[in-house]
Amino acid sequence: MRETPLLIVGGGPAGLCAALEAANFGLDVTLVDSDLHLGGQLVKQTHKFFGSKHEYAGTRGFKIAHILLEEFQRLSHRITVHSNTTALSCYPEDGSVAMLTGESNYWKLIPRNMVMATGANEKLIPFLGNHLPGVYGAGAVQTLMNSYGVKPGDRVLMVGAGNIGLIVSYQLMQAGVHVVGIVEAQDRVGGYWVHAAKVRRLGVPIYLRHTVVEALGSSVVTGAVLRNIDSAFRPVGDPLTIECDVICMAVGLSPNVELLWQAGCDMSFIPQLCGYVAKRDKAMRTSHPHIWVAGDCAGIEEASSAMVEGRLAGLSVAHAEGLVPDDEYRRLHDKYWGRLGDLRAGEVGEKICMGIMQAMVQQWEMPTEARR
Amino acid sequence: MNHPEYDWDFAAGVLTGEREGAGTPPQELWERKKAGLVIIECPQRIPCNPCHTSCPTGAILPFADINDVPSVNYEKCTGCALCVAVCPGLACFVADLTYSADLALMKLPYEFLPRPTPGSTVALLNRVGERLGQGKVVRVVEPHKDKTLVVHVEVSKQMVNDVRAVRVEVLS
Repeated sequence: MRETPLLIVGGGPAGLCAALEAANFGLDVTLVDSDLHLGGQLVKQTHKFFGSKHEYAGTRGFKIAHILLEEFQRLSHRITVHSNTTALSCYPEDGSVAMLTGESNYWKLIPRNMVMATGANEKLIPFLGNHLPGVYGAGAVQTLMNSYGVKPGDRVLMVGAGNIGLIVSYQLMQAGVHVVGIVEAQDRVGGYWVHAAKVRRLGVPIYLRHTVVEALGSSVVTGAVLRNIDSAFRPVGDPLTIECDVICMAVGLSPNVELLWQAGCDMSFIPQLCGYVAKRDKAMRTSHPHIWVAGDCAGIEEASSAMVEGRLAGLSVAHAEGLVPDDEYRRLHDKYWGRLGDLRAGEVGEKICMGIMQAMVQQWEMPTEARR
Repeated sequence: MNHPEYDWDFAAGVLTGEREGAGTPPQELWERKKAGLVIIECPQRIPCNPCHTSCPTGAILPFADINDVPSVNYEKCTGCALCVAVCPGLACFVADLTYSADLALMKLPYEFLPRPTPGSTVALLNRVGERLGQGKVVRVVEPHKDKTLVVHVEVSKQMVNDVRAVRVEVLS
């Protein structure tokens, strides 16, 4: 059976950075990604990133993917990429991982170490008529529009005013689509205020304390019914009908953690991180001594922190493999934690920090050998 | 919605008065500063600092914490609009009040097609997208060659505190 010193599952911002960091220290890396191209969600991000210059602030997401993939080229002798390949399951009995490449090519790999950078799944909310064509997740809308150049509709109602809902609304307008409104159940926008201001000044209304209760239409979406809700989420007042042909849901993400469950990692439900996540130490290592996590699968956050977590995980694997001197490891480890601390210090980061405190154990950070 | 004190507009992304991170330049300096001064509308603490790192004169002060809202030394601002072009939140604008007796020249970020052309007129929009009138485009630049344009447009001085976007109106 094929073996590898390090398997990275997922080629988004976290997985790419983990691969680069580990390969930089001389580790041979195998990276699998279910998509045809690497980059994960970065390739659809046409907006400029926040953060500092370390996280490519002011650079558009797809450009960041280009930058990371260029770095990949320089390390291509150490990184084996399998795209269009899904890691299906972990078998703790023999430490193997089952893979599916394409439609029918099944194979197995035995990794000595693994970094799970599997990202997230979209959440949806239930409402009448949500089976109708025209009801989309924001990820699908972004894929259609920004990856394939397909306009998803002409009049879009966005559900959710988090960063994804606000940014995708702006991107839809850039693609010439009319965004008829953004619906948000909370009493304020959940995403960055500046992203909201950006769509407001182009005339898009944001309906705070509203939710969608019904999609109208017999064979496709022709409209949506909204209700005002009170602070306890009970409907109040009269329903409001809006004409639209797309209802786009951006109501949150949950960490994609199936493989971590299968591998037997200690898991914990942490609402601030949006679902079940693996307990981990400061090196991003899980309770399984050979499995690390990074990015959204470790808790929903921004791509900028996913990149830093990827670096941390890659560094820690290389250290565990004896490729990084202790003092160098400590120096970089502290540097990356400094960056994460900066990224999480804002208003939006408070919740994330609370979640991370619950997910973090203090005691494990030690060499692999000691825990075998 | 029984919160008379709750600012629903601000909560939905509309600036409703000056606050930290979203102030206007001192009037006296503003009226005499050739090429204009920056107006920043960034009232929320988020991890972001390209306005400071791109500022060539140090007018946008260093951030002690990357989450700080920006603060400006207006004396040093030259109205160059590099921050307008770099800000991921499109929250920086420049207004030059020395442009003419009754017109200001505003430098606004723009990321749509078609591109405005110098000499044409564009619609002037306020913070909720209402069309306040139209203005003549004087210049269109792309300082960082990254598809964010800075549109220099003539705006009546009374509207400087309201105009925050332009729209190219295509005749159909």
